[in-house]
Amino acid sequence: MTSIMGSRIRQKQIAQLLKAGKRLDGRGLIEYRPIKIETGIIEKAEGSAQVCLGKTQVMVGVKIETGGPFSDRPNDGVLTVNSEFVPLASPEFEAGPPGEESIELARIVDRGLRESKAIELEKLCIVPEKKVFVIFFDVYVLNHDGNLVDASGLAALAALLNTKIFKYEIEDGEVVRKPGFTSLPIRNYPVAVTFASIDGKLVLDPWLDEEQVMNSRLTMTFDKDGKICAVQKGRQGTLTPQQIIEAANIAREKAEELRKQVVKS
Amino acid sequence: MKEQTKLVDDNGIRTDGRKLNELRPTKMEVGVLSNADGSAYIEQGKNKILAAVYGPREAHPRHLALPERAILQCRYHMAPFSVDERKSPAPSRREVELSKVIRESLEPAIFLDQFPRTSIDLFIEVLQADGGTRCAGVTVASLALADAGIPMKDLVVACAAGKAGGHLILDLNDIEDKEGEADVPVAYAPNLNAVTLLQMDGILIIEEFRQTIDLALEGCKDLYKLQKEALKAKYVAITEEVEE
Repeated sequence: MTSIMGSRIRQKQIAQLLKAGKRLDGRGLIEYRPIKIETGIIEKAEGSAQVCLGKTQVMVGVKIETGGPFSDRPNDGVLTVNSEFVPLASPEFEAGPPGEESIELARIVDRGLRESKAIELEKLCIVPEKKVFVIFFDVYVLNHDGNLVDASGLAALAALLNTKIFKYEIEDGEVVRKPGFTSLPIRNYPVAVTFASIDGKLVLDPWLDEEQVMNSRLTMTFDKDGKICAVQKGRQGTLTPQQIIEAANIAREKAEELRKQVVKS
Repeated sequence: MKEQTKLVDDNGIRTDGRKLNELRPTKMEVGVLSNADGSAYIEQGKNKILAAVYGPREAHPRHLALPERAILQCRYHMAPFSVDERKSPAPSRREVELSKVIRESLEPAIFLDQFPRTSIDLFIEVLQADGGTRCAGVTVASLALADAGIPMKDLVVACAAGKAGGHLILDLNDIEDKEGEADVPVAYAPNLNAVTLLQMDGILIIEEFRQTIDLALEGCKDLYKLQKEALKAKYVAITEEVEE
């Protein structure tokens, strides 16, 4: 737990270094921490991945079930994203129902997948208006060292890429699992890129110390064509319109670099 | 699949008769609830939203209180009858997220350090929703805060812009939000030139995104004038009463 004085001193230290274009951990202002991606690590899940972003560690498991469609989209599969801040991941996390940080994280990841139309949900219909596939993404934070958004987004994308759907037949209106799998129909690869604004300076991929002193956070998600598909500002700090556009231009390039790392893994 | 409605016709007119860069008819009123320390009401198109502020008062639960500043607690909530299909009154994940981003959009405008150890409680009730309720919620909430006499650096005002039917448009209504290509809600403190809330969903290239933000900021500036008029109107009315 950082005390108020402690965090003020830290903020000053981090901000002063930033003025000189430096970061406490030696990175460049728009440099990511080392990224490690592993996929297919949970055999019982239809899709899974773990991403290490520096010391931040996030696992995403994809489970597929069948269920009813939403009434306004009777022939589309259903996408659900949930996130858990597991108490083992940080001294700040407590067991219990998801808090607003956790809900916000899940919804940012959800928005990237949904708005870029990453999954071809219209191909996931089993019985029109009755039965469709429901795809559950569970984001599991295992070690919190900052920038959970990008780590979770990458893990979700990596998990998506190795997700398989069980084969099935319909017997008496019931879905019966059959041996074998087909791959999930995918059409887009969204990647989230997050900045922290500290004393008016933008830095990419904030780690925990920077997050504790940042004034605001800005996430932009880009699809495979370099179009923006989701944006989220967080925290009580402010941004100027110029900063937002500057960030968008940097983020688009970084998203492209990150996407290559996921797609090759 | 449902038949796609044409969101913008050949003359650049939208489903509700508006031009591309036109705000919905908007009415704001300050001081509408007698129990609250500050309150306000907004109608923006079919949106009808009430905001009330209590405090600064003792934080509840108490452990949330901070030694060096007041905390702002915000609840954005939709009435079960505010939408076509009844909404369960329990707070949804969407409402939790919106409560958070609305709170964060207002905090930078408030002198929170003047009221250490206290809580300023803000309640936003959406009575009828027709797209853009988070923005209208921010706009009406800053009026309620000002009405409660909370010292502020600026009024925060919010407006969405986006893209529908291939056109960039201002102040999306429900159908434009649901069936359009993109929605970018922006909150802005004009005197500080500070964007305090920014979200987006949909698909835009960077140049469109830039233009959309500019468009939203123009909308904010127009709504800002209405905010100030609404605030003044309450005190003009009081002055008149006293003089009579």
